Amino acid sequence: MLFASLLLGRLNMDAFRHNMVVYTGVVVMTLGLLSAVAALTYFKRWKWLWREWLTSLDPKRIGVMYIVVAMLMLLRAVSDAAMMRAQQAVSVGSNHGFLSGDHFQQVFTAHGTIMIFFVAMGLLFGLLNLVVPLQLGARDVAFPFLNSVSFWLYVAGVVLVNTSLPIGEFAATGWLAYPPLSELQYSPGVGVDYWLWSLQIAGVGSLLSGVNFLTTIIRMRAPGMTLGKMPMFCWSVMGSMVLVVFAFPILTVTLALLFLDRTLGMHFFTSGFGGSAMMYVNLIWAWGHPEVYILILPAFGVFSEVVPTFSGKRLFGYTSMVWAIAAIVFLSFIVWLHHFFTMGAGADVNAFFGIMTMIIAVPTGVKIFNWLFTMYRGRIRFTTPMLWFLGFVATFTVGGVAGVMMGMPPVDFQLHNSLFLVAHFHTMIIGGVVFGFFAGLTYWFPKVFGFTLNERLGRWAFGFWLSGFLLAFIPLYILGFMGATRRMDHYDASLGWQPLFIVAAVGVGLVCVGVGFQILQVVVSVLRRKDHLDLTGDPWNARTLEWSTPSPAPEYNFAITPTVETRDAFWHTKQSGKRPAPSIYHAIRVPKNSPIGLFIGGAALTAGFAAVWHIGWLAAVAVAGVVGLVMYRTSDDNTTRTISAATIAKTEEAAAAKRRYA
Amino acid sequence: MTTAAQSPAPSAAAEAVRDDDKTVFGFWLYLMTDFVLFSVLFAVYAVLHNNTFGGPSAATLFSLPYVLAETLILLTSSFTCGLATVALQRRNRTQVLVWFGVTFALGAIFLTMEASEFRRLALDGNSWRASGFLSAFFTLVGTHGLHIATGLVWMAVQLGQLVNRGFTRGTVRRLTLLGLFWHFLDVVWIFIFTIVYLLGAVRI
Repeated sequence: MLFASLLLGRLNMDAFRHNMVVYTGVVVMTLGLLSAVAALTYFKRWKWLWREWLTSLDPKRIGVMYIVVAMLMLLRAVSDAAMMRAQQAVSVGSNHGFLSGDHFQQVFTAHGTIMIFFVAMGLLFGLLNLVVPLQLGARDVAFPFLNSVSFWLYVAGVVLVNTSLPIGEFAATGWLAYPPLSELQYSPGVGVDYWLWSLQIAGVGSLLSGVNFLTTIIRMRAPGMTLGKMPMFCWSVMGSMVLVVFAFPILTVTLALLFLDRTLGMHFFTSGFGGSAMMYVNLIWAWGHPEVYILILPAFGVFSEVVPTFSGKRLFGYTSMVWAIAAIVFLSFIVWLHHFFTMGAGADVNAFFGIMTMIIAVPTGVKIFNWLFTMYRGRIRFTTPMLWFLGFVATFTVGGVAGVMMGMPPVDFQLHNSLFLVAHFHTMIIGGVVFGFFAGLTYWFPKVFGFTLNERLGRWAFGFWLSGFLLAFIPLYILGFMGATRRMDHYDASLGWQPLFIVAAVGVGLVCVGVGFQILQVVVSVLRRKDHLDLTGDPWNARTLEWSTPSPAPEYNFAITPTVETRDAFWHTKQSGKRPAPSIYHAIRVPKNSPIGLFIGGAALTAGFAAVWHIGWLAAVAVAGVVGLVMYRTSDDNTTRTISAATIAKTEEAAAAKRRYA
Repeated sequence: MTTAAQSPAPSAAAEAVRDDDKTVFGFWLYLMTDFVLFSVLFAVYAVLHNNTFGGPSAATLFSLPYVLAETLILLTSSFTCGLATVALQRRNRTQVLVWFGVTFALGAIFLTMEASEFRRLALDGNSWRASGFLSAFFTLVGTHGLHIATGLVWMAVQLGQLVNRGFTRGTVRRLTLLGLFWHFLDVVWIFIFTIVYLLGAVRI
């Protein structure tokens, strides 16, 4: 017995006993994994996967991997959402639905955690990797190896959070795991530890990415690209990364303190011994509110590229856009308390944070108007990215108004913890962040893969997403007013809520159809890629530097580093008709492939798993592994290889020939 | 946008300078994130420092002369680290080894003193489990100690590399970054000394 606990910590056979719903999930996940393995083996693609993708340090490859993982996580978290809405549609009166109370709590915790950390953050960093270096006229990010470490730490978090399904359980505390509920006394199982370690590992990855992209933007812009000539997407990313650098250390500490409470018996957030649970709530939101803007600013950036391109006009109000970003970055650090007006901080404190909350709507409004003025008298093309934008403007504005409402402390006391709040933040995150990232993915897809996505299926996907989203969340606003609280797995029939819950469940069904159309869109586009190849490298007649490269962009991005003289540099080149045609190429240094990032991710995953199950020896080995790998890599001074001038000349001439053919 | 088609290939030396400059900038950014991390721990300490749960407070627990000795040792190590960096600029291998060696020794003494202070507190029944105040104390000071330990391991590895490889671009860059890291830990300690120990002794 003692030996077993030394060897395996608190891991035993009980960890594998589940109810039927969880078993189904496990079976689906296992079948998915097995079919991927089978396909790779059948098509003899293992070597290709290893050499071209897993060990690659090319940010475009890393970006694609981020997006693939994030989309898989989207499927998981949408299934969680569908389960919750199905439960609420039927669990009335004497019917208690198909999920037990405890399991329902795990489902909504997993849904929130996965959506924010592993879907939204994954799509965010995926998009950044694809676009930022190209748009800056740079060949790479500042620290290519660190970039791969960040990605693999993110994957380690993803794997750990999903391991909780077959082995053990997940947190039943809500996605921010407030103490004292998340303390050992009330959550003695491994659920909170799974939550804690998957976020900690992925969070460190995000922090490193923040440092990486901020350095990239500040130090690696093309010659002549002053900050005032930088594309608006990069400005938005810069705002977002400043927030990452300041906010993520707060998350790191907060999670570490909760871990110390749970594992070493400390008293930061406990009810007794001089701990303070409200300190946790303050700390987590001091990270959590900036996190909202970390996600939304890059989505704003996407729209600032999409709208000018498809309106055929330059972006309206460039300077005011930059100031709006700066204002949002600053203000996002002084509104966190609006997440818990009901804490009892007193009228003065609540008034301050309420006013700040309303003020932050002003720069956001400035941005909305700037996009609308960009469209004004433009030659608008209603492509799929533009449709996502239009859906965004309408829903985001409604959600924003709901947010200002809740920014008033007296109103918040009524609406706190109700479904109105749930409806509000889903309007912001689906209507804002998700629509923005979908627009960006559709817009930049040809730059990465060399062909555009099927427009027709894209429209269908958009239609189902938008209508499903509205049907799913408008009822929640109403239910919130009627007093329905969030995280509720059962209610009384006499309340008369069931029809609205059924409408919401139908809405989620429509969103699922939308997701189906997106999958179909990708499949059909890949199969028929010959019909919509992007031969010019500039399929949308766009304005910024990334479109001056061939599609798909070569590993080195730019054969000759461009020199920038104006905003919308590529647009002006096209207007002047003087597209440079270089004849002499020079060799370019690019980073060598490296599997060390993947190994570090694997070791971090092992350490996380060992920490969850209190397997001391394994945690020690894994941490030593991380340290050793870092030492090994930092001691290696031979990390680049050279692409010869001849190879580059061949690639560039092939691209030029394609362009002439088009 | 124009493309200077006739421009000569960027020289390897210029590229190397740009790379190093980028690395130093990125490392400063990392240090700033570490500063935020410590700020949060300081804030947590400020919130919890009176929550002694009936146990001893900072005023009765710490011995100022002992901490002053620790502080002087760490400050001296920062000075010798500075001397080592100057020697690094001059590419004087013996001096680099000697001064970083002294820095390492002082750092190790500091860490030992801190560990023995922790041990004494725990043996007296004032461990991190005793109260919110002690949890915050051990975590704040311990996190700094963990950083010092990391710095020591890093220093040992780098000195080994210097002996084996001499002054290469890589070894010089990493020793420079290590210097920044060490001074940063010194700055953090000044705050710990002031906020935890001095203010702790003043409050009765």
